[in-house]
Amino acid sequence: MIRLTREPIDTAAMLSQATSPAAGAVVLFLGTTRELTAGRRTVTLDYEAYDAMAERKLTELEAEARRRWPVIECMIVHRLGRVPLGEASVAIAVSTPHRADAFAAGQWLIDTLKQDVPIWKCEHWADGTSEWVHPGMCEPGGPTAR
Amino acid sequence: MTIRVKLFAAARDAAGKPEVTVELADGATIAQVREALLAAVPRLQPIARHARWAVDSEFVPDDHVLAPASEIALIPPVSGG
Repeated sequence: MIRLTREPIDTAAMLSQATSPAAGAVVLFLGTTRELTAGRRTVTLDYEAYDAMAERKLTELEAEARRRWPVIECMIVHRLGRVPLGEASVAIAVSTPHRADAFAAGQWLIDTLKQDVPIWKCEHWADGTSEWVHPGMCEPGGPTAR
Repeated sequence: MTIRVKLFAAARDAAGKPEVTVELADGATIAQVREALLAAVPRLQPIARHARWAVDSEFVPDDHVLAPASEIALIPPVSGG
């Protein structure tokens, strides 16, 4: 199951849905808004997506994870819009019969999501500036004061 | 054909709008779309250098030939999760 949402992610519900008598292991990964990055203080993050393609890519990710590992349940939820400090922007729950596969699938899912899914975050820094995060680019337009 | 390129994040900010329209001959490739886009919006240069292209929600190479009514998007380096 994959979903884009503008609401806080219900991680307890995800864990509950991923748990099953067939599973010996359930792994839940949360990507959360962190306050400090390279010495700069984040006030909040804003996420946007190319919705149609993001949903397609997330669906492909789940399918590939199911092909590589004996996945019983797989849930990927990405939040869009404002995600305050400490809250989850992304949640991945995966269950498998044995724990090595659950950890491996969970790791692969978040690593690959971060490479290929068209979702972008905007950093709102404590100094009042904000900038889109585009890894590998140097100062595309520079931070913009808002 | 009229080609509409969807823009996101810093690309949308640089262009000042979520979509840029360019006119190209039938059978144009993504490489030609890029050229036309950058001629129309030179501020997209630094972003386009690092961006990928998507047609109908799939990443495509530069030599991809466009069909009419394709949905085209410039995909700057992503930062989800």
